[in-house]
Amino acid sequence: MSAVTELLQQTVEGVGAGAVYASLALALVLIHRFTGIVNFAQGELAMLSTYVAWQLMASGMPFWLALPVTLAVSFVGGMLVERVVIRPVEGAPELTLVIVTVGLFIFVNAAAGLIWSFTVKDFPQPFPDGGIDLAGVSVGWSTLGIIGVVAAVMGLLYLLFQHTSVGLVMRAVAANPTSARLSGIRVGRVLMLGWGLAATVGAVSGVLVAPLLFLEPNMMGGVLIYAFAAATLGGFDSPVGAVVGGLLVGIAETLAGAYVDVVGADLKIGVPLVIILVVLLVRPQGLFGRAAVERA
Amino acid sequence: MLTVDGITVRFGGITALDGVAFAVEAGSAVGLIGPNGAGKTTLFNCLTRRCTPDAGTVRYEGEDLLGLAPHAVARRGIARTFQNLGLFPRLTVRENVMVGAHTRGRAGHLAAALRLPRVRQEEARLRDQADELLRRLDLSDVADRPASGLPFGTLKRVELARALAVRPRLLLLDEPVNGLSHGEVDDFADLVRAIRQDFDLTLVVVEHHMGFVMGLCDRVVCLDFGRKIAEGPPEQVQRDPAVIEAYLGVAA
Ligand SMILES: Nc1ncnc2c1ncn2[C@@H]1O[C@H](COP(=O)(O)OP(=O)(O)OP(=O)(O)O)[C@@H](O)[C@H]1O
Ligand SMILES: [Mg+2]
Repeated sequence: MSAVTELLQQTVEGVGAGAVYASLALALVLIHRFTGIVNFAQGELAMLSTYVAWQLMASGMPFWLALPVTLAVSFVGGMLVERVVIRPVEGAPELTLVIVTVGLFIFVNAAAGLIWSFTVKDFPQPFPDGGIDLAGVSVGWSTLGIIGVVAAVMGLLYLLFQHTSVGLVMRAVAANPTSARLSGIRVGRVLMLGWGLAATVGAVSGVLVAPLLFLEPNMMGGVLIYAFAAATLGGFDSPVGAVVGGLLVGIAETLAGAYVDVVGADLKIGVPLVIILVVLLVRPQGLFGRAAVERA
Repeated sequence: MLTVDGITVRFGGITALDGVAFAVEAGSAVGLIGPNGAGKTTLFNCLTRRCTPDAGTVRYEGEDLLGLAPHAVARRGIARTFQNLGLFPRLTVRENVMVGAHTRGRAGHLAAALRLPRVRQEEARLRDQADELLRRLDLSDVADRPASGLPFGTLKRVELARALAVRPRLLLLDEPVNGLSHGEVDDFADLVRAIRQDFDLTLVVVEHHMGFVMGLCDRVVCLDFGRKIAEGPPEQVQRDPAVIEAYLGVAA
């Protein structure tokens, strides 16, 4: 295999991993845009969704039916989290909100352990084995499948936000809740919708990554760190940034693992931490973020 | 149309409004003046349910306004502009106006999400109405630009368009011409007069620019330290010794 093919091969794998980070990062960014909250529990909610999918399949449902049902359950679950956990502390100081989402993290993690135990569960791979060969680069169906599903989700979100009136209303609430309310918009409901969407997008990352990582309550811990790196890199208030950031982090991680000897497989988790650190030092608002919230 | 009675608002030790009472007749334009910190914006906040008074009543077309949820105020035909603009910065100028118009959209959220053809129609209608309003306020050229980054004078008109999109019958303007140049103030005054006619509006205007208030308003209410110190026709209030003292007291 030539050096170029090898590089392309690693890059493709990186994009596959990055697609998973991108969808969890997008969930983080959606909530941050809507509420200014950094939701530390996002990964755990995704993990919970993945258990729902697992449970459905364990009771005989085929994957491609279990997936939409899981996404629907996640959507409702996300709305409930907003209504029950977040609404009571709306407008509280930042530290309070951080503590609430960290508390939710711990609660969901423990609850999943209690219900499903901490033993590792096999999660079926929805995509066929093998793959295709593109100019010497072999691309697995699973990698293509992950990229395809994430791309479809992003496309749907784009259509929702840019081309429907619900999307317009959601963007208005994110931009200026006070004026939105005075335009007759029920801001609370829109925030519920935002949390529901974020939980759905996060669930996609959990379900896609589960066959690779095996399902257990701590499965999303590492993914969350990559997603944080992705969101920081792209800019915490930019959905496009989250996606680009996710892909870049995935590629950086894979390349560093393959080419930088000291990194190898064991130190890969250091890559997102380095990215977070460097971005915060060099360009804190991220690639696509705005330096400061403008108030004309 | 609007009757404010005995409104009192306290923030900790500060009494921002202290038993303020006045009435606004349908079709009239009432100026609300007073030195900085007099409580004018706070009064607007009470009328739009951003703030709940500690005492007093507000009746709007016979209904208890203070019993409404904030999002329901728009549906009753009340809109406002903000002293420091209430725009949606990332949205385009057209979208800013479409959000306002959304209240009057008939397709509900769920229908909007599910029934695409009907939504297309709805979207097209919202868009047409927004474009009409943009033409009226001479904003067509910037319709597709994001609101952030436009010149201040333009933003003031976008802010007016955003409020008008709700199709209000009662429009509350908070310092609509602050920060505008002399020429711009005159243009804006002409615009507001024309809009008032066209849309059959009742106005309450907070403004420090006396020329603007005198030229536009039928009545003027003057607040100072949360109390009403004068009310009447503009020329009379302008000559009122209590009003002159309130302003000079601040200037000194
Ligand atoms: N949310 C708040 N919390 C505490 N104090 C407030 C709040 N809003 C207003 N105030 C105080 O209430 C008083 C009235 O403020 P308000 O903004 O209504 O004045 P204003 O007449 O609009 O002044 P200006 O002409 O400067 O806009 C001021 O002393 C202000 O500091
Ligand atoms: Mg004010």
